[in-house]
Amino acid sequence: MKKASIIMIIGSLLLLGLFKFPLWNIMLGAPQYPDPLGMNIYIDGIKGVSEFDLQNIDGLNHYIGMKTIPKADEMWEFSMFPKVIFGMAMLGVIIGLLGYFGKVSYKYFLGWFLFMSVLGILGMYDFNNWLVDYGGNLDPHAIIKVTNPDGTPMSYKPPLIGFKKLLNFDVTSLPHTGGYLMFVGMSLTLVAFWLGRKTSLNKKT
Amino acid sequence: MKNLLTSSIAMFVILLGFTSCNNGNKSGSKSGALASNIAEKVYVAPGEYDSHYAFLSGGYSGNVTVYGLPSGRMFKEIPVFSQFPTSGYGYSEETKPMLNTSYGFIPWGDAHHPDISQSKGELDGRWLFINENNTPRIARLSLTTFETEEIIEVPNSAGNHSSSFVTENTEYVVAGTRFSVPIPQRDMPIKDYKGNFQGALSFISVAPETGNMDIKFQVLMPGFNYDLSHPGRGKSHGWFFFTTYNTEEANTLLEVNASQNDKDFIAAINWKKIEEYVNNGGGTMMPANYAHNVYDEHTHTATSTMKKEVRVVNPIEVPGAVYFIPTPKSPHGCDVDPSGEYIVGNGKLSANLTVHSFTKMLDAIENKKFAGEAYGIPILNFEDVLAGVVEQPGLGPLHTEFDGKGNAYTTFFISSEVVKWKLGTWEVVDRKPTYYSVGHLTIPGGNSGKPQGKYMFAMNKITKDRYLPTGPEMEHSAQLYDISGDKMELLLDFPTHGEPHYAAAMEAGIIKAQSQKIYKLADNKHPYAAKSDADTKVVRDGKNVHIYLTTIRSHFSPDNIEGIKVGDKVYFHVTNLEQDFDVPHGFAVIGQNNSELLVMPGQTKTSVWEPKQVGVWPFYCTDFCSALHQEMQGYVRVSAANSDTPIKWSLGEDIE
Repeated sequence: MKKASIIMIIGSLLLLGLFKFPLWNIMLGAPQYPDPLGMNIYIDGIKGVSEFDLQNIDGLNHYIGMKTIPKADEMWEFSMFPKVIFGMAMLGVIIGLLGYFGKVSYKYFLGWFLFMSVLGILGMYDFNNWLVDYGGNLDPHAIIKVTNPDGTPMSYKPPLIGFKKLLNFDVTSLPHTGGYLMFVGMSLTLVAFWLGRKTSLNKKT
Repeated sequence: MKNLLTSSIAMFVILLGFTSCNNGNKSGSKSGALASNIAEKVYVAPGEYDSHYAFLSGGYSGNVTVYGLPSGRMFKEIPVFSQFPTSGYGYSEETKPMLNTSYGFIPWGDAHHPDISQSKGELDGRWLFINENNTPRIARLSLTTFETEEIIEVPNSAGNHSSSFVTENTEYVVAGTRFSVPIPQRDMPIKDYKGNFQGALSFISVAPETGNMDIKFQVLMPGFNYDLSHPGRGKSHGWFFFTTYNTEEANTLLEVNASQNDKDFIAAINWKKIEEYVNNGGGTMMPANYAHNVYDEHTHTATSTMKKEVRVVNPIEVPGAVYFIPTPKSPHGCDVDPSGEYIVGNGKLSANLTVHSFTKMLDAIENKKFAGEAYGIPILNFEDVLAGVVEQPGLGPLHTEFDGKGNAYTTFFISSEVVKWKLGTWEVVDRKPTYYSVGHLTIPGGNSGKPQGKYMFAMNKITKDRYLPTGPEMEHSAQLYDISGDKMELLLDFPTHGEPHYAAAMEAGIIKAQSQKIYKLADNKHPYAAKSDADTKVVRDGKNVHIYLTTIRSHFSPDNIEGIKVGDKVYFHVTNLEQDFDVPHGFAVIGQNNSELLVMPGQTKTSVWEPKQVGVWPFYCTDFCSALHQEMQGYVRVSAANSDTPIKWSLGEDIE
């Protein structure tokens, strides 16, 4: 159980990587952009991969009537996410410590994982909603209007994950370092649960 | 995306690992008929890069052109000594000072020999220097922005030809006069040339950090013609060598009268000795008048300062600093091999090539073995200094470059060929016709201790083109050779712009990595910059009206301007707000008497417009910038001189 608790603590602490590394990354490449434009999504705001990428993405997007990429203070998420992530990391550490001293059972580890998963899914849902709004809620005075074959206005929503072609741009959306650290951390808490369970079953037999 | 990228690169590397084995086999089998597939050697596929940059002088075009090797593709034309309507260089208010001289505004130039800056004898890719022959000037170009940053005029000089070569740590760039003239200039009979004219060899110091140039001293030499020069390097670092002709000091019909002496001289100058003399207060300050023009990348503006004196040195006052080495028949090129030991004097009327030995020269000096003197300067014995002779290699030798593998390559103007010969044994190893009358040749890293001897290109003077005809006037041409093997191999003919004299070339790596893509708007310190649409305005100051205009895809701000009057001097200060690579905007207004502007991202440029007629006049972007480029336009209302139309401007709404 001690080993499991330590893994639980390490797993939870890996969430803190999100304070340094981006959670997600969206790259926009096109033949006329040999150096693709890109944005890194941090839990507290969006930054360009290169210094002027955001400005240039906004510049291009104004043709199709997209809103500018939100500043940190324009979305409640960017003040909430850091608190949630910090809270969850601390909660995980506390559960791990309690587990270490035998105060709580390994089942709490799974509980934390499930809770974090629910939050994660909510986060993804929220992120996707934002992408839908960002890509679909276009200025009616947009200079360029492209419609789908059925006549509905085209949406420029970037993919939540993976690759999509948007007009002439190849858009790739994937987790970034912070995101991977979070996934590894969450997986570790599952490992902690499994280890804790194994030790506890061994004890019983 | 980055992760995708790394994994795909990893995949690519693995694939490469497999295929490279096959390639090995293939290249083995290519030694047959396929080995002569020359097209493959110059083909640079779309999206791939050339391996070398080449900077060719534009001769009478007054500029520098940038080429890629081995493709021979021209990438850019950099205006240096000439006005350039493409970008507004020499027309915009900011760049007009660059072309200021003691003769006033000179809108053209005759550019000759570019040279890349060096550190420890190797090309460092920071700056390119180039001389202007007619109005003696030296320019410094940044190889980060590929723009001309500084031009210094050279006083007491005429026909600035034996320039602009740099010493091995870029301590100095030289400007040697071709024509000797009265110093100081005065009214005197031309027939009294002999003994009264002088030749100034200028040593221009280069500040190690900024590259800023300053004439440290001029050596006032006898009245010969100083044709070409090269710095010593390695063991001969600290010396500079200049070829001379017309040691006869004839003043008329030089084609005959300057070809009488069997031998002219190579002037060997120990600049370290003179530098020491000058640092100890030697030499005299002489009244002069010459322009020093500096372009500031942050204000995007050049300033021109007139300098009023120059330090001159009489060589006789610095014993041991200057010697003459006799060299047969009007030597033209003066080339020093990478080790610094051999000085090649190409006597253009001589059947043989003469090579001098630096070591022997020092010995002769030490033993005071002199054949005589000219105007107090010791003349060494030809035989004492001679390292060897390349016997009858061709007709009309001009210039020599080295491959760093012990070989030298000399151009022959009259017999139109490049001849490869071996240093030390002086035997001819190979020769290839150039099809044209060849002038200079360049090997990347040529004027350095470390030539990059893969390619050599010959620049041709008299071109009866091998291309589709273009009427009586045509561009010159260059020919690219592969010199990596025992025999030279002609790879490519490519047209060049103007009359390239010399070129400087180097492997692409350093320059490509440091190349600047935009100017940061935040660093723009132009006094009339508008860094956002909120800063735009129109300000009247008497008859002058300053319009702070911004550009961004795809509009000007403001785009409606009123209150301009006939007789006003209207300054359009155009700031490009873009911060994206390759998004310049242009500016032109109807009736503009100078030129349009091409403004780079983050830059401010100014064009003056003097409206002569009442009306509403359009202005527009001249550089196709976006899908809505055609909509990027505006209007200026011009009222009568005595009208009282108030100054107003707007964007996105009607003027109130």
